[in-house]
Amino acid sequence: MPKRTKLGVSAVKHLAWLTRIDLTDKEAKEISKQLTKILNYFSKIDEVDTSGVEPLYHPLEIGKVSRSDEPTPFPADEILKIVPSRKGRYVKAPRIA
Amino acid sequence: MTNIDLRSAKRLVEAIRLGEVSIVDVVEASLNKIKELDKDINAFITINSKKALAAAESLDTKLKRGEKVGALCGLPIAVKDVISTAGLETTCGSKILKGYIPPYDATVVAKLKEAGAVIVGKTNTDEFAMGSTTEFSAFGPTRNPVDKSRVAGGSSGGSGAAVAAGMVPLSLGSDTGGSIRCPAAFCGVVGLKPTYGSVSRYGLISYANSLEQIGPFAANVDDCALLFQCISGWDPMDSTSYRNPPKVESSKICRRVAVPKEFFGEGVEDAVARSVWRGIEALKDGGYVVEEVSLSTLDYALPAYYIIAMAEASSNLARFDGLRYGLSLKSGYRDWNTYFSKCRAKGFGPEVKRRILLGTYVLSAGYYGAYYLKAQKIRNILKTQFQQLFTKYGLIAGPTMPTTPFKIGEKIEDPLLMYMIDINTVPPNLTGHPAISVPVHKEGELPVGLQIIAPYFCEERLFQAAKIVEESLRRQ
Amino acid sequence: MDAKEDLDVKIGLEVHCHLTSLKTKLFCRCPADYYNKEPNTNICPVCMGLPGSLPVLNEQAVKHALAIALALGSRVSQKMVFYRKNYFYPDLPKNFQISQYDKVGGLPLATGGQIRLKDKVVRIRRIQLEEDPAKIVYEGSISTSPYALVDYNRSGVALVEIVTEPDLTTPKQARQFLQKLRAILEHLGVCNCDLEAALRCDANISVRGGYRVEIKNIGSFKDVEKALSFEVTRQKMLGAKRGMETRHWDDVRGVTISLRVKEEEQDYRYFPEADLPPYIITEDLIAETLAAMPELPDARRDRFIKQYNLPHQAAEILTSHKSLADLFEKSIEKYRSPLRIANWLISDILGYLNRKDLDPSTLKIAPEDIAALARAVDEGLINEQTGRNLLLKAATTGKRIEQKIFAEVSKIGDEATIKALVDRVFKENEKAVKDALKNEKAINYLIGLVMKASGGKTDPHITRSVIVAKLKQLS
Repeated sequence: MPKRTKLGVSAVKHLAWLTRIDLTDKEAKEISKQLTKILNYFSKIDEVDTSGVEPLYHPLEIGKVSRSDEPTPFPADEILKIVPSRKGRYVKAPRIA
Repeated sequence: MTNIDLRSAKRLVEAIRLGEVSIVDVVEASLNKIKELDKDINAFITINSKKALAAAESLDTKLKRGEKVGALCGLPIAVKDVISTAGLETTCGSKILKGYIPPYDATVVAKLKEAGAVIVGKTNTDEFAMGSTTEFSAFGPTRNPVDKSRVAGGSSGGSGAAVAAGMVPLSLGSDTGGSIRCPAAFCGVVGLKPTYGSVSRYGLISYANSLEQIGPFAANVDDCALLFQCISGWDPMDSTSYRNPPKVESSKICRRVAVPKEFFGEGVEDAVARSVWRGIEALKDGGYVVEEVSLSTLDYALPAYYIIAMAEASSNLARFDGLRYGLSLKSGYRDWNTYFSKCRAKGFGPEVKRRILLGTYVLSAGYYGAYYLKAQKIRNILKTQFQQLFTKYGLIAGPTMPTTPFKIGEKIEDPLLMYMIDINTVPPNLTGHPAISVPVHKEGELPVGLQIIAPYFCEERLFQAAKIVEESLRRQ
Repeated sequence: MDAKEDLDVKIGLEVHCHLTSLKTKLFCRCPADYYNKEPNTNICPVCMGLPGSLPVLNEQAVKHALAIALALGSRVSQKMVFYRKNYFYPDLPKNFQISQYDKVGGLPLATGGQIRLKDKVVRIRRIQLEEDPAKIVYEGSISTSPYALVDYNRSGVALVEIVTEPDLTTPKQARQFLQKLRAILEHLGVCNCDLEAALRCDANISVRGGYRVEIKNIGSFKDVEKALSFEVTRQKMLGAKRGMETRHWDDVRGVTISLRVKEEEQDYRYFPEADLPPYIITEDLIAETLAAMPELPDARRDRFIKQYNLPHQAAEILTSHKSLADLFEKSIEKYRSPLRIANWLISDILGYLNRKDLDPSTLKIAPEDIAALARAVDEGLINEQTGRNLLLKAATTGKRIEQKIFAEVSKIGDEATIKALVDRVFKENEKAVKDALKNEKAINYLIGLVMKASGGKTDPHITRSVIVAKLKQLS
């Protein structure tokens, strides 16, 4: 069981990297405090014995859901016109580092 | 046409059908009311005046020609700003989606239009529906029409307040952990979180996709039921929507109500408990049998809910990176890692960042089992316990919120304190059961909601019970 | 690289195969055919990851993937679950990929199975269904372009990922494995492997029990062999970095390049995709797929051996290219000369294709023409070499072979053909040869025999000079 008492500044910064949110040191420090407090509250779930219990990812069983392989094209220009930065019909993106 | 009362959808539809008022009259009345009141309440992020009036005119023409206009017959409706509306800005209460105009309608929006409803605007919400007061909106908090110094509840605070203030007879919200029922309770209106899978989520901008449903707000139970009928049903675009919901047989246990004592745990205000028991007494008077029960896992529903919701949110909100829509940064960042990070840092507010970061943490290698997996197991235990309870009882009841609406700013500094107020609303989101909040406070008091939970697809049963409460308290 | 087993080397492959026979993408109704389309014309809210859009599974994609799994003898899961693989990349519209997973409770479409090579069994670890990312292009050079351009036409196209155990021991084996897999996919009719990027491959390799290195971005089968050979040598000389390293194959320079350390710090945070309910794979669906299963390369090879008396090796080579095997069967339908035709297809046609780096499916040669050539050779109209030359010419030009060419070839006086006939006549008429050696006039008799053997088509002057030259050699 991982120790879950503290989520330090460097851990917060790593999470911020994983999820691509730029944080200043000051923000990271503040968030570290808040998240540590919340995590400590979350550890309450340790009290529940879940041995032999399956996880429930979908609240209701639905079974087989699929569709036929018939195309219905969408008016692509409607999507393209909301793209903030374009080059011709391409979506313009910063380059790979 | 200034004296049109917008609090009853049913009466309005009648008046329109009888030709007493035109649809333009009703929509104008709604827009005027919004103009008059919303400066102080801030229920709306976007007001759709021009298109709404045009839609109203064309509906009036249809009506004159004797063409079908649908069950909502020109009623003005407000839609929470996390639901996609083609050609109408949809922000999720976030800077990162400022200016985003969806190229398609959510299925519920298409259904509303088909039913003849007129969308007058998009309502305020906590950013990406993450919050319980609508204070976490990038466009300022929504104020409670009952007492403008107090919160309207959240995250669908705008939709709750718009109905409560009489700006619209109907509105749509979304409920991930209480986001419809909380503002319904705080603003003193009726709000329903439907069974998971009974209303299409296609076009609902996901916060926690295994937990949330779109649902109706109305000033009374009948109107709430009317709107639910219009938006529910199978949608081939949503794989989690139900094609053939199981038929529910009515039986004796339908009128047996379980009241878990855990719903009245510490933190439940006396005023709340008093009003809720008034509501429960009303059910007894209406012929229901009420028994107190214990559901031990309820105490763990809240942390389990937040772990799952944050995990899903961290993934659902990854797509907002400034490339394809919404916010984009002009200053040229040479590499995309920096660009994404700067864009997301600028576009997301503090609560969204907290939830994404924590959601990332509970899914990351080494912590998955202890948090996310464990929470999903607790979810299963909770579902099993609910299902067991529903073999003996037809309904489960208790307070929607542990408190009455508090002052704006009172809890915003302490995230955990804020989470705690969702303690009674999250269980049905974890299990997928339908739940309604119906007002039970006395006239002149701060609003209190009674939450009633039913077995899967038994929304009708909720409406019946809620209506008994509504009528009984109206007589008092 | 030596084809011998290199027990120091362990190679595992991750093959991504586009299900090119589908009409729509995996989770939306956009056409699956994204080839040769203007950028961003083949997109919708779902495959662009617009907020609020939801995936709906293409049923046909499940069937095609299932056919692959069953063809490889994999264990099909009773229930498959989609997982989200979370990572940020500009080609990933949702910044997660809907995929499958075999850990933390994940159930991919199938696990286990194998592909048999000549003297090697390669075990399959898992087979899963997932969506393809978009395509990133650069204006001008990748190293100097100040920005990237994204085309989402491909985004969301159905991919089947086939992951092997690290059973391969040489780069050549890796190539053979891919060839075999390709033949299976082609026979199943689920993947047109010629299409650009229809079959892509990542490899991981460890040498002498060292750390595992992953090589990404390998475009073709030849490159798989090259990249792995480079990596075997590199690792034997330099060893592998601690932990798992990811390297990119640079096909222009022919080297692998290590990725920046930060990109390696991946934590994909796999978890179940709640927007897609678990998919139950029924016994009926499996039975239906099995019933519709076409003849696969191994069975076809065995049939070729039995039915046409082909040598094992020849049957194996033919059936490892579906189009070649098809051409073979269509040709011998017209004229049954299996050995000759198999031989031509393998040594002449395939040899030519390999030299030109072309795929057999690009061949535009008519089976009727192959049959006619074989018949002409058998009937002595032309000799074997001429037959081969004409075949190769037809293969290179793509032009049909006209019947009159056989006559022309001999009338003009194809020396090779005449020599062959002369050789045969000399062999069969030893007495006449002896006579001619003694008596110059007897040469005319030999010329007559050759003319007769060729149906009167050989040029008499050339025939005479060939015979004279041959007699000179003998005297």
